[in-house]
Amino acid sequence: MSITAAKALRIRNLHASVGDKRILNGIDLEIRPGEVHAIMGPNGSGKSTLAQILAGRDLYGITADEFSYGGKDLLAMKPEERAREGIFLAFQYPVEIPGVSTVTLLKESLNAIRRHRGEAELDAMDFLTIVKRKLALVEMREEFLYRSVNESFSGGEKKRNEILQMAVLEPRLAILDETDSGLDIDALKLLADGVAKLRGPDRSFIVITHYQRLLEYIVPDHVHILAAGQIVKSGGRELALEIEHQGYAWLEREPGSAGRPLAAS
Amino acid sequence: MATSPVTPVEEYQSLLGVLPGQDLAWLRDLRDGALRRFSDRGYPTPRDEAWKYTNIAPLLKQSFIPSFSVEQPHKVLPTDIATSLFADADMPLAVFVDGAFNSALSNLSALPPGVELRSLREVLDHDGASLESLLVGMTPQEPHGFIELNTAFMFDGACVRIAPDTVAERPLHLLYVSSGAGQPVASYLRNLMIAGRGSRAAVIEHYVSLGDAAALCNVATHCMIEPGAALEHYKLNEEGAGAHHFAGLYVEQARDSRYVSHNVAVGGRMIRNDLRCVLAGEGAECVLNGLYLGRGREHIDNQTSVEHRVPHCSSREWYKGVLDGRARGVFSGHVMVRQDAQKTDAQQMNNNLLLSDEAEVDTRPQLEIYADDVKCSHGSTVGQLNPDVLFYLRARGIDEIQARRLLVTAFAQDVVGRMAIAPVREWAERLITARLAR
Repeated sequence: MSITAAKALRIRNLHASVGDKRILNGIDLEIRPGEVHAIMGPNGSGKSTLAQILAGRDLYGITADEFSYGGKDLLAMKPEERAREGIFLAFQYPVEIPGVSTVTLLKESLNAIRRHRGEAELDAMDFLTIVKRKLALVEMREEFLYRSVNESFSGGEKKRNEILQMAVLEPRLAILDETDSGLDIDALKLLADGVAKLRGPDRSFIVITHYQRLLEYIVPDHVHILAAGQIVKSGGRELALEIEHQGYAWLEREPGSAGRPLAAS
Repeated sequence: MATSPVTPVEEYQSLLGVLPGQDLAWLRDLRDGALRRFSDRGYPTPRDEAWKYTNIAPLLKQSFIPSFSVEQPHKVLPTDIATSLFADADMPLAVFVDGAFNSALSNLSALPPGVELRSLREVLDHDGASLESLLVGMTPQEPHGFIELNTAFMFDGACVRIAPDTVAERPLHLLYVSSGAGQPVASYLRNLMIAGRGSRAAVIEHYVSLGDAAALCNVATHCMIEPGAALEHYKLNEEGAGAHHFAGLYVEQARDSRYVSHNVAVGGRMIRNDLRCVLAGEGAECVLNGLYLGRGREHIDNQTSVEHRVPHCSSREWYKGVLDGRARGVFSGHVMVRQDAQKTDAQQMNNNLLLSDEAEVDTRPQLEIYADDVKCSHGSTVGQLNPDVLFYLRARGIDEIQARRLLVTAFAQDVVGRMAIAPVREWAERLITARLAR
């Protein structure tokens, strides 16, 4: 059903700061359609900032030689425009929205994206059919749809709600910002299933995680280690295992991050 | 027409002959007394505690002639008011244009049995004696200048009587239209609603303008809720940008009665409501539900008071405000629990949402308790939209205006949800959406 062409994300020399505090110090990253990239790194290394910036958060001063998606300059696009182009951020800390139900959020969201693609808005019946199918996928009860978004949800339920939204919106580029943290092993498998079902030649993923555990289920094509706002090492799947065994302490001795203190968690 | 400034007192002398109820000596005394007090004390000023945040000085520089002194009243057509009607063609409708009942625009054929709706003017002219005790008895405790002028100049309004044990299925729609034609006018309306013993009914008091011309509406509404009766009373203000609206609402509740007020205010240059509810019979229950939406330079002031006089009554007050632009909101909620009013259950809450840096709200919840075995709570909040929540919605493809709409709708949802009449609920929802379009 895809009518949007596959798109690549290109980041060259991306810097981000809040006030005097530099958070990202020259990120280079290219993600081609169909690829899954994992980004690992210690707390405070800038992983979540990168995720937020990709989704369009405006809290940061940003410069870059290139920061584009599908050839379009991301810095010129509002968060809603990026979402409509297919970028989806599964939030590390999903917000509670009292008075707005999940079903309302999904409907507004899906229809905004469909309008942008020139597709007709779904009627209530078709929409509910789709949502209920996805709901089963993430093993959520239907009543969750009619409750306020994330209000009095447990940590795990909030993360499932993010997975549900990803499943319904079918993004081209999904950024999972520590979606695995707080999930039990069953929920982790649901997340992996959700990603597996979406995975295809025209979709890509950025999986931000602290643990290599998730990468046993979502096998990445590339793994990047982020430290002090820079990608200090890139490699294949085996790099994640190395982290698992050695932790991040060795980073301080690596060239490229020499002398730069790592932020404490 | 060149006019030198005319004081209300001079105006009164010259217009006395036009006012209804000429034959009623008690009414003449009532009007005279009110005018005398007005000429002693004048209009309220910011020095009066209850008018601290609502300054009417700019208004007093404008001149308004009493609507009933206009020789050729403006003709309003059914098409002019079509958009102000609710989607229920069988809803009984009484229309008042610039402060006077208009039978041609009204539709009272669908009045259910047991429900009487007459023009106050007509009742005063033909059957005035029946209103003496009501009108004389409804003088509020601390009347301000606008109320005094209302008593002096009361010209027309709705006189609604629900016969005992009547259950009225449909609400009555009272539509007050400000035509905005010709010279700016002041309307003096007085409404009386009597809910007979054991009856159930709903009344919608609805104020609209046909444009943004300057106008002044001075209205007082009195509700008598007899034992065991239930009245659901809507007051909807959606007047134009030039409208100044001053309203007094006085409610007296007998034993085991229930009164529900839904007070929705949007639009207009200035809206001031003085709402006073007296729980005078045991087991009485009142709900005061309010929503105010201000933008531009609108000013909305709600002064509410609930008096628990006797034991075993409950009151619930929920007021919410959303203020954008340079709008200003004022809320004062006074709950008085008299010494005899043991087992009182009173709750009051006022929440405000400011959508711009220049919007402002002054909120003052007050409890005054003289009984010792009571359950009372009150509180108020002032907040803004959470930027994290806005970002979350936008990151899902929802544009900023729509995201704000969703959040404001969510904020007002419980107030709107309390309105039992579906067409009014839908009206309120549409209004919220429309007001946030930019």
